[in-house]
Formats: sequence, C-alpha cells, structure tokens
Amino acid sequence: MITKLFSSTVILGILASGIRLATPYLYAAIGETFGQRSGVLNLGVEGQMLLGAFAAFYVSWRTGNLWLGLLAAIIVGAVMGLAMAFVTVNLHAEQGISGIGFYLFGLGMSDLLFQKLVGTVKTIQGFPALHIPVLSDIPVLGEVFFSHNILVYGAYALVPIAWFVLNKTTLGLKIRSIGENPQAADSLGISVAAVRYYTIIQGGILSGIAGASLSIGLLNVFQQNMTSGLGFIAVALVYFGAWRPLGVLGGALLFSMVNAFQLWLQVLGVPIPSDLAVMLPYVLTILVLVAAASKVRAPSALAKPFEREA
Amino acid sequence: MSHKQDVLPSARAHIETVEMRGITKRFPGVLANDHVDFDVHAGEVHALLGENGAGKSTLMKILYGLYQPDEGEIYINGQPVTIHSPSDAIRLGIGMIHQHFMLVETMTVAENVALGLPSSRGFLTDLDVVSQRILALADIYGLKIDPNAYIWQLSVGQQQRVEIIKALYRGASLLILDEPTAVLTPQEVDELFAIMRQMTQDGHALIFISHKLHEVIEISDRVTVLRDGRKIGTRPTSETTKSALANWMVGREVALTLDREPVEVGDVRLALENVHCGSDRGTPGLRGVSLEVRGGEILGIAGVSGNGQRELAEVITGLREVTEGKVILEGEDITALLPGERTDRGLSYIPEERMKDGIIQDFTVAENLILREHHKPPFSYRGFLNQRFISQHSAELIRAFRIKTPSQKTLAKNLSGGNIQKIVLARELARHPRVIIAAQPTRGLDIGATEYVREQLLEQRRQGVAVMLISEDLDEILALSDRIAVIYEGQIMDILPNENVSVERLGLLMAGVREPAEAQA
Repeated sequence: MITKLFSSTVILGILASGIRLATPYLYAAIGETFGQRSGVLNLGVEGQMLLGAFAAFYVSWRTGNLWLGLLAAIIVGAVMGLAMAFVTVNLHAEQGISGIGFYLFGLGMSDLLFQKLVGTVKTIQGFPALHIPVLSDIPVLGEVFFSHNILVYGAYALVPIAWFVLNKTTLGLKIRSIGENPQAADSLGISVAAVRYYTIIQGGILSGIAGASLSIGLLNVFQQNMTSGLGFIAVALVYFGAWRPLGVLGGALLFSMVNAFQLWLQVLGVPIPSDLAVMLPYVLTILVLVAAASKVRAPSALAKPFEREA
Repeated sequence: MSHKQDVLPSARAHIETVEMRGITKRFPGVLANDHVDFDVHAGEVHALLGENGAGKSTLMKILYGLYQPDEGEIYINGQPVTIHSPSDAIRLGIGMIHQHFMLVETMTVAENVALGLPSSRGFLTDLDVVSQRILALADIYGLKIDPNAYIWQLSVGQQQRVEIIKALYRGASLLILDEPTAVLTPQEVDELFAIMRQMTQDGHALIFISHKLHEVIEISDRVTVLRDGRKIGTRPTSETTKSALANWMVGREVALTLDREPVEVGDVRLALENVHCGSDRGTPGLRGVSLEVRGGEILGIAGVSGNGQRELAEVITGLREVTEGKVILEGEDITALLPGERTDRGLSYIPEERMKDGIIQDFTVAENLILREHHKPPFSYRGFLNQRFISQHSAELIRAFRIKTPSQKTLAKNLSGGNIQKIVLARELARHPRVIIAAQPTRGLDIGATEYVREQLLEQRRQGVAVMLISEDLDEILALSDRIAVIYEGQIMDILPNENVSVERLGLLMAGVREPAEAQA
C-alpha cells in the first residue's frame, strides 16, 4: 500500500488536486493580504466565504446560470466588506472581535438561508474543467496544470496582479503606507478611510469568490459550515506568506498539497487513523507559523484603528 | 521643460504673506487658542515660542488643515482662504515638518516623497522620475540624500532632510518646522540652520516652533510668544533677549542657570564592566560599556537618540539581559538579579516613557505611588493592602512633591505630563535610593516642571545619591552633570569632566568622531 502511494498516478493526482484545492485559499488570502497591508485585520473571512458560497450556490441553482451565481457571491462579499469597513473604519471597533462577530453572522445566516430556501443537500453542475488547447494535451503536465475550471485559473492569475498592484502602482504605495504609518499618509492628504474601505470591500469580494469557488467550482454543493475553518487558514496564510502575494501562493500550495496528500492516504486506505491524517495540514500550519514568527514583521499599523490626533 | 525647472517651487503659487486673524480653537475643557493673531512673510524665519500646552501646535495644525478653527480667518497674500485638510494646505503652498517624522520606515526615500502625488505614468508609480527630481532639489538646497535608501537606514538628521524635501517637492512656499532641532546633534542643528537660511534667501517663509531660547535667538527674524492659548506678543528677535523671552513664556521670573554647588564625591555606587547586550532589533545594543557613578555625582549620558541609551538603562535596572560583562551595585555583582531584587538594594528608575513604563495609566495616583513597595509592610500585611496607611502616605507625597491632582483617587492618566512625572519622582525618590537612573526625565515637560525635576535631581546629588542622567537634551546634560559620557552605537566614546567642555567636541563625539582630526580628514 505504501508503495502504491509513490506510484506516478498518485503523485500526479496529489499535484492536480493540490493545485485545485489551493483556489479558495488564494482568493481569500490575497484579499486578506490587501486588507492587512492597509492595516486592517479581517477575521470575518470565513463568514464572508460562507455567505458567498451560499449566494453562488443558490442563485446558480435557481437560475441555472453559474455566472449569475458568481455575481451574487461578489455582491454579497462586497456588502459584507462594506459593513466590516463601516464598523472598523468609522466606528473604530476592535478588529479581531468584530471580525469574529462577522464570522458568526455569516455562519448562522448562511445556514438559516439554506434551511429556509433550499432545505436538503442538493448538488449542482459547477463550472466545468476548461481544457486549455494545446497545453492540456501535453502528456502528464497537461492533466496536472491545464485541466481545471475557470475559477482555479483566476486564483492563480490573481497572484501576479496582486503583486503588481501592491508594488508598482500609486494605489499600492498608498495601501502600504497606510498599513505602516497612517499618520504619515494622512499628513500628505491621502484619505486613510477611503483606502481602507477599498481594501476591505475588495477583501470581501475576494472572500465571496473564494466561497463560490467551493460551492460552484470544486464541491458543487452547499452545506452548513462547508468551509470548516478554511477562511481562518487563509488569514494564517497571510502571516505565513509574510504579507506578500508570492509568499501567500507558496503557503496556499504547501497547505493544499499536504491536504491532498492526506486525502489520498485515506482513499488508498493507508492504515493510519483518519483523524490524524486530517490534522496533518493544520499541524503543519502551526509549525510553519511558529518557525516563521521571529523572521517576519507585520505591518506596523495592523489592527490599529486610525484617528487623526497627535 | 527641463527637470530643473520642474522642481523649482515657483511651480506653485508663491506665498508672500500669511496672516492668521483672531484664531480660536476649543477642545473639551480647554481653550487651546484664544483669538490669536499671527503672520509670516516670505524671506523671514518667524519663531513661535511657548511652553507645552501653550497652543503652538494647535495653531500650526489649523494652518496646515489638520484642525478647523472655531473662530478666525486665514489670509494668504491678502486673500481669505479656508484650509479643510492637509491637501488644501499643500495646494496653497504650505508644508509642515512634523516633530514626529511622518515617514514610512519600510519604504524608500523616493517612495515617501511620491506618496499621495499624481504620477506621470497614471496609476503606475514613476519612482525613477521622482528620484531624479529629488536629486535636483537636493542639489539646489545642499541636502545630501540617496533617493533609493530605506528610511530605517537613515540617521535622524537625514530623515529630517527627507521631510524637508517632501515639502519642497510639493512646491511648499511656506514651511512650518515643528521643534525640528529636538532630535539633532549640535552639528546637525548647524546644518539645518544653514538649509533654513538658504531657503529664506530663496524667498521661502519659515515658521520655527521651539522652546529652546538660544536657537530662537540665533535663527529667527521675529518671535511670537504664546502662553495658555493666548498671544503674549510679537517682537523683532534683535530687540529681545533670552531671559526676556523666558519670562514672557512662563509669565514669571525663571532661573535659566541652575545652582550646581560642589558636593563631596563618595564611593563608587554603580559600576558597569564591559557590558554587552542585544537590542529589540536583534542588533547589538551595547558593545562593551564600562563606567562608574559615585555617590554625590551626576553622570550625564549624552548621545543622539537610539545609540544604546535605552539598553543602558534597561541592563542596569534588570529589564534587559546582559550577554557579557557585569553590573555592580555597591560592590555587589547584580548582573543576574531580577529587577525587583535590584530595587530592594536601593536602585530607583525614572523611565524614559513615563506614560508607558513610569505609571499605570488606569490606576489612581495613590496606587501609582506605591507600585514599588506595595507588597511590603507598612503598605501591606500578609497580602492585604493597608488602605489607611496608603492613603496617608500618598497625601504626604502629593504635598511634598506638589503634585497637582483633584484627589489621590484620580486616575493617573488624567493628570498633565509634568504632574505624572512628579508621581514617578515621588515614588522613586521618597524611598531614599542609593542610585537613580533618570532617562529623559524632562522630555516633553514645560519649563516649570523641567525646573522642578532638575532641582530634585540636584537635591539627590546633594544628599549623596549616585545619579545617572540619560538625556538627548545637551543643554540639560551640561547644566546638571559632573561628568559627561558620550554614547554612540552602543559604545562610550569618551567620559569628560564637565568643565569648559566644548559643545563642538561633544557634538563630534555624539556623531561617532573621536578625534577632531578625523573630522577634517
């Protein structure tokens, strides 16, 4: 059985599903990266994802149009982001606590709506795999890299875009300065509130898409608490990735590869308790975060509400 | 258009005069500015002088758009203007160099300058263009700077230049300098003054906020004094003197020189032998510091901020681990002792950050006064606090140290900075210490409170206590110390007796230059 684990089919299978599984983490963690670089800690990612997942599933199920479903997830994410922005920017709420509040709201609300509007678990036809011409015909590699659905490609395209926006644009300069020293940005006439509204709403939208990538892309169902901690892992990946899109990508891949590995362990019936296998990626996260803790520095103004005073 | 033309301030509307008339600003319970008139014109340095809380900063924040006045008008070149935000002020040609630099440490000089400005490439940054313009500007005003350096790599003086460039880059015609010399070495102050003179010759108007009288006399053309939110008057600087300004500022006679009478010096109370330690940034904090402080003397530690002063205080008080070397208190090696054990042996500490390390803000005055000794009789018995004695004790200290507080049950955070420092002093001095470490004991205090703190330290010296005074204010070091040790990058450059020491010599030592010859080389 152990030898089976190292057969090429299994290894390729792990790679392919690892790449696919990284999708929701990438959307959510890139969104969170923008928020944190501007000094806002959003712990409500999980709640935003759940509502996004439900909205995408429900609208797709009712209309049969996956794109409308995706749009619904985007709108729901944006509204959640707007609420989060109001609470943290205007009301100066403690970000960690209000984030947990938004998580619980999303958890309860998505389940309530599911019970009332759907009732029982139903599956739908999600976004189909998009075989990229020529590239997907490459033996082995084609299957691993170029036969995923559109949301998977979108997640990977987001990484260089995020890097570019943060490092090469005036908007990115503003975001970074506000996360480090909002007083300095304010003294130069930059609206700290406007930039934080932007990053929080964008984070909400990306969390919504992350949810949709589960409910109408990877799993194609909606269930109560279907994200099961995924949004919190995404927040951890931002720390793991040292607030850089490329680092986040590395973290998301590592995490989802280990996850894929433990899934295959169970599929192949390797005789270790499944609970232990499921723990593997989480234990890894903790270990890597501990190892990385002393080396990276968070944005100085992270989780600090901004008020003009000196 | 050439780059050189691009960078000249003439790109903006030139400010000939700025007038503030009848400015009033109220905060809850405080009248920060009470019908203040103030004006400045091109080609002059107008000094704004006053104690903390006199309303200088409020007035300037109004001019820079950070606050809105409740009453009063502002005129630029005779035209009324309203300034709602810093971006309005920048558009009108007003720039401000804040006391606490408004720089993003993790970004480069060019990024800091470009921040918030439209880019020539639309939504993409144009840092190479910005860098070229910075170099051109730097050339005109003699400001040496590397546009690609990160802020955290720069010295305080260099960071200040970045702030000046930031303002000039935005076409500032009027520059407000808020206590710009507070953090500089004497040489850096000279350089800043040279830059300021260059700017006034170029037609800039400068407002210089300070409470250092000799600097005001040296650099300004006119001086306005504020007290308790009101304007006391404006005079040409040439028609006034240091002592006249001091009396104006405080509203009574002030002794500008302290009486440091000779005291017999006793035994060595505190000694450091080749002490090494780390710093919060992971770099070495102290690198082989050796020194001694004797009873009845004040050893001044001079140096530019961030050269190991904090680490020095912390290794002595036991808050930071010594990696090599020994700390000796009255002959006993205390290197391995806990902070509390050092306290019990007669070490007192007046910490640099009085709000953070000196008091517990949400504790009452009485509670703050017993922080050191609360666990011992007569303050407590078997774990129970003796409220009657505590109350009696704090009443005595409040009287003896003239702490202005509504009651001993008032929360410490509600007192003024000077009175908070008096709480710290009362707690640390009333226990008859053997050695006192005083770190920046008068920073941010007004003249009255500063005078009081300095007198208390001199009184301890008279009583034979060994005092280490760590201060970035060279005037304070010179006024109080018997000997002066200069610290630079975690090392003691030299220890000089405080007799006819030249400020230039100290300044060079503070900049890391040991021999005058090195400076010329």
